[in-house]
Amino acid sequence: MSNSININVTVNGEAVSRNVAPRETLADFLRGSLELTGTHMGCEMGVCGACLVLLDGRVVHSCLMFAAQASGSEVETIEGLTERAAIADIQEAFHQRNALQCGFCTPGMLMTAHALLSQPGVPTRDEIRDALSGNYCRCTGYESIVDAIETVARNRAAPAGSKNVVAEVGA
Amino acid sequence: MKARAFSYARPTTVVEALQTFAASGDDASYIAGGQSLVPALALRLQAPQVLIDIAHIPELRGIALQDGWLRIGALTRHCETLSDPLIARHAPLFHDAAPYVAHPAIRNKGTLGGSIALADPASEFPAMALAMGVELEIANLSGSRRVPADEYFIDLFQTAIEPGELLTAIHVPVVQPSHRWAFDELARRRGDYAIVGSGILADMRDELVAQIRLVLFGVGNTPVRAKRAEDALRGRQLDQSAIVAAQAALSDDLAPPDDEHTPAAMRIHLARVLLGRLLGRIAEVA
Amino acid sequence: MSDALTSLDRPNSYIGRSVPRPNAKRLLAGRGRYITDIVLPRMLHVAFVRSPHAHARIVGIDAEDARKMPGVRLIATGADLAKVCKPWVGTLDHFKGMKSTPQLPLPLDKVVYAGQAVVAVVADTRALAEDAAEAVLVEYEELPAVIDIDAARTPGTPVISPELGDNICFHGKIDTGDIDTIFAGAAHVVEEEFHFGRHTAVTMEPRAIVADFDPNEMRLTAHHATQTPYQFQDIYARHFGIPEANVRVVAPDIGGSFGMKLHVYHEDMATVGLSMLLGRPVKYVADRIESFVTDIHARDHRVRARMALDSEGTIIAMDVDDVTAVGPFSAYPRTSVVEGNQVFRLIGTPYRFQNYRADLQVVFQNKVQMSQYRAVGHPIAFAVTERLVDMAAARTGLDPVEIRSRNLIPDDAYPCAAPTGYKFESLSHHACLARLRELMDYDRLRAEQAELRRRNIYRGIGIASFVEISNPGPAFYGVGGARISSQDGAVITITPSGDVRCAISVTELGQGTETIVGQIVGEHLGVDRERIKVITGDTENTPHGGAVWACRGAGIGGETALRAARKLKENVISLAGSILQEQPDRLDVRAGWIVDAASGRQRIELAEIARIAYFRSDTLPPGTQAQLTVAQHFAPQGFPFAFTNGIQASHVEVDVETGFVKILKHWVVEDCGRVINPLLVDEQMRGGVVQGLGAAFFEECVYDDNGQLTNGSLADYLVPMAGEMPDIEIAHVETPTLDTELGAKGCGEAGTAASPAAALNAVNDAIAPFAASIAQLPMTPSRILKALGRI
Repeated sequence: MSNSININVTVNGEAVSRNVAPRETLADFLRGSLELTGTHMGCEMGVCGACLVLLDGRVVHSCLMFAAQASGSEVETIEGLTERAAIADIQEAFHQRNALQCGFCTPGMLMTAHALLSQPGVPTRDEIRDALSGNYCRCTGYESIVDAIETVARNRAAPAGSKNVVAEVGA
Repeated sequence: MKARAFSYARPTTVVEALQTFAASGDDASYIAGGQSLVPALALRLQAPQVLIDIAHIPELRGIALQDGWLRIGALTRHCETLSDPLIARHAPLFHDAAPYVAHPAIRNKGTLGGSIALADPASEFPAMALAMGVELEIANLSGSRRVPADEYFIDLFQTAIEPGELLTAIHVPVVQPSHRWAFDELARRRGDYAIVGSGILADMRDELVAQIRLVLFGVGNTPVRAKRAEDALRGRQLDQSAIVAAQAALSDDLAPPDDEHTPAAMRIHLARVLLGRLLGRIAEVA
Repeated sequence: MSDALTSLDRPNSYIGRSVPRPNAKRLLAGRGRYITDIVLPRMLHVAFVRSPHAHARIVGIDAEDARKMPGVRLIATGADLAKVCKPWVGTLDHFKGMKSTPQLPLPLDKVVYAGQAVVAVVADTRALAEDAAEAVLVEYEELPAVIDIDAARTPGTPVISPELGDNICFHGKIDTGDIDTIFAGAAHVVEEEFHFGRHTAVTMEPRAIVADFDPNEMRLTAHHATQTPYQFQDIYARHFGIPEANVRVVAPDIGGSFGMKLHVYHEDMATVGLSMLLGRPVKYVADRIESFVTDIHARDHRVRARMALDSEGTIIAMDVDDVTAVGPFSAYPRTSVVEGNQVFRLIGTPYRFQNYRADLQVVFQNKVQMSQYRAVGHPIAFAVTERLVDMAAARTGLDPVEIRSRNLIPDDAYPCAAPTGYKFESLSHHACLARLRELMDYDRLRAEQAELRRRNIYRGIGIASFVEISNPGPAFYGVGGARISSQDGAVITITPSGDVRCAISVTELGQGTETIVGQIVGEHLGVDRERIKVITGDTENTPHGGAVWACRGAGIGGETALRAARKLKENVISLAGSILQEQPDRLDVRAGWIVDAASGRQRIELAEIARIAYFRSDTLPPGTQAQLTVAQHFAPQGFPFAFTNGIQASHVEVDVETGFVKILKHWVVEDCGRVINPLLVDEQMRGGVVQGLGAAFFEECVYDDNGQLTNGSLADYLVPMAGEMPDIEIAHVETPTLDTELGAKGCGEAGTAASPAAALNAVNDAIAPFAASIAQLPMTPSRILKALGRI
């Protein structure tokens, strides 16, 4: 049984080559070897959504695959999305609306929001709730998260100059 | 909650995958999307010596019409089941069930072949495979064979796939203009495994049920065809009395598990309610 | 917002204003720093061998093969850890007669619940530790397990801890007298038997600790995911024999706590002990499976209760019998009696009646320990009370709003006391009821309900009044001998650049502690909040205090910050007076400037005062010593607790064929006194309501007859998710407490306190046309179908 294998992954735009144990999950690899601790682990069985990352542009659970499986793929984490300002408006809306408390679920929530908001159209509140159905949050009760995503969807759809301010905050 | 150590192989052809399995002395697992397998490994419920990653085998991909059948490659992801126009048109129960399969991120990674090969009795896709009467294409080192869904599901997590064999494609008989279908399930939360779910494919001729395949899931060790309920409907109009007769017949068709969380009587009750609602929907459009 | 100037338009007027949390930005960028993220040099990882049995004697432990496995550094048993850790006992003196057994990090000879840690395996990685843990062989002799809530008291049942004599942890009674006579003469009596399942906190981040013991200096640093670092500093010092000043507990970002992370856990104590045995950092992160079997569970009550009314629908008495099963021993250091104690003291408290009898039995069983979790006791107390009020409404033909209007304590009747002993300073039940009625458009909903019933659509409306304990004084724990502080401390400094640092003992869990402390300091010091840095969660850098529990952060921590800021402002003004040669009472501080109090004219910048104080003290008048750091402690006096109050309503639709419930909408009208930050208060409400709705509809730790948890994974234990939760509308009535200058009370638990009660009433209202009723939480489809007679 081989103790470690070499993998090549593009993570947040950078080519990464590392030796990993085959049993190391992508989540453990990102958090441990690459110190990308913005990806969180809440259940290690694909239920809570805290570990979501982008794999070749699609949102997946990094706890539900081994790093070895990701060799040859592109992975993007919350750190990468933040640094290339891909979700700055979502982060701002979450901040203004206080759509997070402890913050542990937040990177996963943002991944789901990013995927949903990358699709055309303005989702209904029910569609937003449906999209969030695999993201557990124990703190907020979800409504603020739905509000924040809805605000971004409307702002992105609205012509420039007519952006909504989030729910009176800071007024 | 860390998996036991294993070694990792990434074949690029079906034959290479089968050979890798054989070389492991049968102590191996294939992994495609891995959305069910990885938790089982993390919990150490399974601990193969070798993990064979079949996700990079081009033969296992593709969706194409062939002689009245839709061949869906085993690696087709759940999200493609939802978005692919050929599946929507020709294998509509896969399409209709897809939004109920777990959550978006799972659907981005999980594969149709993986789900049907695992044959979780509470899963949507194995049940819809049975409802549509698909044939499963299974490869081994001697070649490939097609197994009808009615012969495929054997027992809990047990199918016609022998150790080392690989499910390579799902062949769906395309739906015809006279076909009507309906899918629904009762799950506590969106994306949860259903307490009871059902898919129905009916061939309606002259307002009568000419043929019907009525499948329930979450109610036994495998997806279950409710054959007595089908009998109660065949040749009849889908009116209230026929529906009631089918509902009544269900208790002979089902022997659901009885557990602390969900009593058997409840599953039978819910199966009846669901059946009534689905048949009502079919009757409306028929 | 209107153009009229309000108090919020003054400079630095932050109290009452919705401002977002400065510290949330890094969490949004993935820059949070949780315990699970912490890596220290030479850090090792521990995994535990756990008992498969609910009750068994440990016959032998064979770890020989495991010790030889790759990466293994230490395998420790109960005996090994007993050498470095003194046992603890989870009792409090003010619960007369309560008892529990001494606990050690790992057991010496017996396991008392399934999943209990028995052997610790320390290795280079968690995976290697788990590999070796699988190779440890433990031989058990199984003992009969006490599982059922009644079994503990049934004659002939095995006694879990023979040294205690029986399985009774605590027995409490309240009796105002003549209850049987009052019930015998009542015009109406309603009664019900309620069942409340066990559920658990399921924080997003599981429990985690990195213990780092340095034998050279006898120094322990515990990076610990907890809401109460000072409590753990005290515990680690005393139980591991380390001088308190050498124990540092750091609680950085915490991924949710809700009361769960303030209890002592055996694994956490073991991890500290292992670090001492090894002289190296050791990390323990519970995985989700471990969390389900070892985190404290909550609730687990069976309550038989009845209510007596006169012919006018006035409640005249209640009679209650509560049995609660708390696991095999009482939790430490807060005990497992507090929840039951709050249940039987909170029942009926929103109402005027004064005749009350209650019996509380707290019993042991072979399940994991049960203890305080968000809203401790409140959800049980108000589900019981409010369901009986609705039953009484039906019996007397009164509308649920009307019966509450007749019976809630009048808003002008304060101060007053409940028959259970709780004292109320000033509550606003009737104002809240009136506001709720308008907010939810009650009459329209009732009309719509009647209309829909004709179309076989069954909707229900449930209302629930509540009070909530907040700002607890020493009466809560201190009087019982627990070293749990009810005071808080703050140290505020003006830095040489004129910025402000406030180190305070209340802790941040994402609820917004640092934000509101910044608001309060900014307003009372006269400084922009952008210039205020609030420091929390590290015993080395902050004064000792209670931290956060029982909704005390805003009320007590906030008052501490207020008084500290005022004291510092006095120093600043005094110094400015010296520098400006001006009477201090003519000066004020606004927006970082010393100004003329009357005209607001800017005289000198605070930064300039600081520069002079730190670098040019030679220019100050002789004898002037600048004091730009102040320390302040504050402990609540006056009422033992500052009760809040409010009312909630739930609107549901029951599918009577399937037993499934759709939660349509939820409303809360809440009075937590002075609202410091409405945005944060509202989100505390919403989060709290949803935790209560989880308990009402989804969450239950289900055990089999052998004491095995049968749904202990996040796939099987149903937490509330976005798709099933409703939008929640919130309104406020503000009755500030006069016990503090700030006037704030707590708000973190109110949502959870009464949302199950509102939901219970709503479902019962929906199925009332079928003469069906339900009195068990969670209200699962199978229970609702049974109530409806469908299965």
